[in-house]
Amino acid sequence: MSAADHSEPLVRVEDIHTYYGKSHILHGVSLEVRRGEIVGLLGRNGVGKSTTLKAIMGLVHPTRGAVLLEGKSVGHLPAHRLARLGIGYVPEDRRIFRLLTVAENLRTGLDGRGVSEARKKELLDMVFDYFPVLAERRSQAGGTLSGGEQQMLAIARAMMLEPKIILLDEPTEGLMPRMVSQIRHIIHVLRREGVAVLLVEQNVPLTLETSERVYFMEKGAVRHHAPASELHADHEVVHKYLGV
Amino acid sequence: MLEQILIQTINGIVVGMILALVASGLTLIFGIMDVVNFAHGEFLMLGAYAGVIALAGTGSFWLALVIASLVVAALGAAIHVTTLRPLLGRDPLNTILATFGVSLVLQNYALWQFGPVPRKIEEPITGYFGLFYLEYPWYRLMIAVLSAAIIAALWLFLKYSTYGVWIRATTQDRVMAQAMGIPVPRVLTIVFAIGSGMAAASGVLFGPLVGVNHAMGLDWVLKAFIVVVVGGMGNLGGSIAAAIFISLMESYASLWVSPAQAIIVSFVVLILTLLIRPTGLFVPTPK
Repeated sequence: MSAADHSEPLVRVEDIHTYYGKSHILHGVSLEVRRGEIVGLLGRNGVGKSTTLKAIMGLVHPTRGAVLLEGKSVGHLPAHRLARLGIGYVPEDRRIFRLLTVAENLRTGLDGRGVSEARKKELLDMVFDYFPVLAERRSQAGGTLSGGEQQMLAIARAMMLEPKIILLDEPTEGLMPRMVSQIRHIIHVLRREGVAVLLVEQNVPLTLETSERVYFMEKGAVRHHAPASELHADHEVVHKYLGV
Repeated sequence: MLEQILIQTINGIVVGMILALVASGLTLIFGIMDVVNFAHGEFLMLGAYAGVIALAGTGSFWLALVIASLVVAALGAAIHVTTLRPLLGRDPLNTILATFGVSLVLQNYALWQFGPVPRKIEEPITGYFGLFYLEYPWYRLMIAVLSAAIIAALWLFLKYSTYGVWIRATTQDRVMAQAMGIPVPRVLTIVFAIGSGMAAASGVLFGPLVGVNHAMGLDWVLKAFIVVVVGGMGNLGGSIAAAIFISLMESYASLWVSPAQAIIVSFVVLILTLLIRPTGLFVPTPK
């Protein structure tokens, strides 16, 4: 998991500002994620965590600042180019294609990238191995899956892109406790596959347990940053930024 | 009487299939792109003219059908890239005005280029078969079969091809489609090209029955819009069902009134649909 052999972080966000209409959403967010690293992004509702992920994904274009992927500025690229450069996105409300079957949902990330048939099969076998329920339901419409299954599908779909990083936005939101441990398992799976994760969560224990480092956001900016191991002992910081 | 009803049933299905072909292009463009394409009838008309020219050049109706569809599909792609793509994400009114403008330009271009005298496309099959007391042209039946075949090909394309999956994904969630690496602007251009090409194919197919002139798109597109609304905006299956339903109703009505008056039936169906089920007769009411 060490990034010592790479001096350049995988993703670097430098002082980005975004606007939604006239409202100033992000006021200079800076953070970085190294290769294979799991990084948490915590903060109260509405502080700009989701917008930060969208800016990295190219769904929101910053008016100032830069987003760098492997050292190259990508802040101006459209989302579909970034997806093919190795950024996977699992949005807050999962946004699976409800009328497409599970197999077709997965196919959206496989086709048109010049991936060989053998590699496609390998990738499908991998996710069906990790999430057997998706294999059982491969011909079912995505919209008929339960919330937890949809979350698995959303993550599996992002994995089809063979991403270097997955942006996970509140994966445990609205899930039963049993499913939360499933999400924990999925994050471990991603770690094992060497995929970096930028995790936005409300579930603080899960974030501290799975992440190596954690950023705290407040009012559209990053206010604090610490290794997760320090935060276990330091409840004051967590309390200050999250009020819990 | 029974014979007349059977004849009108066949007539209704024949006209219904060609209407379904026109309307499926229209509903495809609306359902996927949220673009109400007022220029759709002009693509049909240009397709018919392209068919006239290609037929004169090649001597083959079938070659002319393919060439006209491809030429107009390419034109549709060019118009999409230059006119509609820059309006992406703007108010739908912008795209309505833009397609209306394209419609006027194309119609007047055709008038200027080809003149007001209608052209004729020779039908590829001229035979008749006996249908009770009538001599029924084989070509009419062939139109229905070909329209059905083109629609079936579209369906297979949407169901199985890579672009088909991309098109359906884009329809459901454009933002997420982009985040999955789907080149959404290109997908939208291809959808517009397919819709235009289908309109052109219907223009060539229907050319032998009505003659080709610069305003021929108007009648069809009006009726196609009715079909698209009755079938449920953007619902391909609904449009096909609605096209056949409305054409059958009109055919049966013309047993008692003149065909010109029978058109009233489609408007009655439209108004009733808007009053009772504004989401379309052939869609489950959204929850």
